[in-house]
Amino acid sequence: MSETAVKTGMRKSTPKIPESGRMRRIIKNRAIYLMILPGFLYFLIFKYIPMSGLIIAFQEYQAYLGVTGSPWVGLKHFERLFTEPMFFTILGNTLLLFFLNLAFYFPVPIILALMLNEVRREVFKRFIQTLVYIPHFMSWVIIVSISFVMLSMDRGIINELMVMAGFDKINFLMSSDWFRPMYVMQVIWREAGWGTIIYLAAMAAIDPGLYEASRMDGASRFRQMWHITLPSIRSVIVVLLILKIGDVLELGFEHIYLLLNSMNRDVAEIFDTYVYTAGLKQGQFSFSTAVGFFKSLIGLILVMLANKLAKKAGEEGIY
Amino acid sequence: MVQDKTISSRIFDIVNYTLLSIIGLVTILPFLHVIAGSFTTVTELAQKQFVLFPTVWSLDAYKYVFSTNTVFRSLGVSVGVTFFGTLFSMLLTCLMAYGLSRRDLDGRNFIMFMVLFTMLFSGGMIPTFLVVKEMGLIDTYAALIVPTAINAFNLIIMRNFFQNLPEGLEESAKIDGAGDWGILFRIVIPLSMPAIATISLFYAVTYWNTYMSAILYLNDAAKWPVQVILRQIVILASGLAADTSGMDEFVRPPEQTVKMAVIVIATLPILCVYPFLQKHFAKGALLGSIKG
Repeated sequence: MSETAVKTGMRKSTPKIPESGRMRRIIKNRAIYLMILPGFLYFLIFKYIPMSGLIIAFQEYQAYLGVTGSPWVGLKHFERLFTEPMFFTILGNTLLLFFLNLAFYFPVPIILALMLNEVRREVFKRFIQTLVYIPHFMSWVIIVSISFVMLSMDRGIINELMVMAGFDKINFLMSSDWFRPMYVMQVIWREAGWGTIIYLAAMAAIDPGLYEASRMDGASRFRQMWHITLPSIRSVIVVLLILKIGDVLELGFEHIYLLLNSMNRDVAEIFDTYVYTAGLKQGQFSFSTAVGFFKSLIGLILVMLANKLAKKAGEEGIY
Repeated sequence: MVQDKTISSRIFDIVNYTLLSIIGLVTILPFLHVIAGSFTTVTELAQKQFVLFPTVWSLDAYKYVFSTNTVFRSLGVSVGVTFFGTLFSMLLTCLMAYGLSRRDLDGRNFIMFMVLFTMLFSGGMIPTFLVVKEMGLIDTYAALIVPTAINAFNLIIMRNFFQNLPEGLEESAKIDGAGDWGILFRIVIPLSMPAIATISLFYAVTYWNTYMSAILYLNDAAKWPVQVILRQIVILASGLAADTSGMDEFVRPPEQTVKMAVIVIATLPILCVYPFLQKHFAKGALLGSIKG
């Protein structure tokens, strides 16, 4: 589940009260403030100080000079980013992976949920759910490692089976062509089962009377799915689609970094992996911060646009 | 619900059950294959291709893995980080969530906004790295815990849970003379055990799966958790790794069976808690995402 779906249930700010009353309340609640303090400091230090640290994107950051002492260079790093040929490769890779994800991963949990929803035997349903949820709890390292072991040229089961069936071995792991299918397959394997939860919950809320009425009219199971179940979860689908669009740039650094190697870099490099290589491996702190800043900013704009779009479409939106 | 017994409906059921069974099987087959492979010998794996049932069973791979210190040490790191990390995260999360659940608190909305905004925008990898470095956390185990101590999503789930507890409880405790700390630890927390169990499991799985923080903040291979070691072993042997540090004890590329054994070792703890996970997690995921 994407995190922005959380409903906060925030209220409008409390009506104005005399300062003395507020002060008294604050003093009365001092223990509560003390409870919040460690968490508040956590967010301040590890979330907000790094946000202010984004200013090094406009500097030529030197470790020994620090943020305050490093010289200002204006938009130099951004100019470099937009003129770097790598920029368009990364942008293209990001967009293509996003669309593949949308086309091939996004419908899978919906279809799976539709199928599970038609199962009347609770035991069977729960058994299948138990199986398909498992990969979600495995780290990307485990998912990728298992894929590597199975797809390996050296006695990987997939290549061995292909040889037995009379095909040639394929070096999946070192191939530009196979990177994208492999990425999408792994996303489906890990997340499709887990992705059904929210749809199943929405389906559970559908009035059973609708199905009975349609059965009276002689509607087949497919027609019931198409005309009752799907329309009933429409708003959930729209919200999740919007969340997905807001997350265009979040393709999973951990996942892609594990798959990345010198042979598939031309198709696998995305913003996050580029930031990591340029920043931490090559020490170009300011430039890579500029790249990351650009990415975060576009991400923020996309989420806001997507939310607006949802509200326009008559849905609730996410915040 | 009335079951309809038409022929087309029967066929629909048969197809549906069959397809679902296949999907379920395909999902876990890779795990079963790796588990089976880890319990056989290299020659067996080389000569007979099997998917699930080798004819020769053996513990060679595990003996080899535990003949050196590398994996053993990394397991220790992972267990420690998971244990202390979960404790630390739960403490911070519960304290903050309870504070934010109090409706009479001035500045509550401001702090909530501050938390929510971090879900939409972040300083990113490099500025965060510089902060972690400034705090002297590089190459310490704390780097695996402190920079990711609170998950905003978990915090909000906890806060919503606390907020939905009956308010009368706090009122009556106050009348009995209990302070805020007393209310939290003697009334609110004991009443919230299901939510606390759920969120603890969330954190524990995240800490066990910790990988990125170690890559970013730990240069010292002796401090790496099992996930990083797993990556080194599997990717090193695939001939793809440029960086083979920490692997000095594996002089030759590990065999397939060894890789499988390490995968099983890194997966096992998750599989052990999985029955609890499944029960609580579905609830947790819905708690956070559905209104009300």
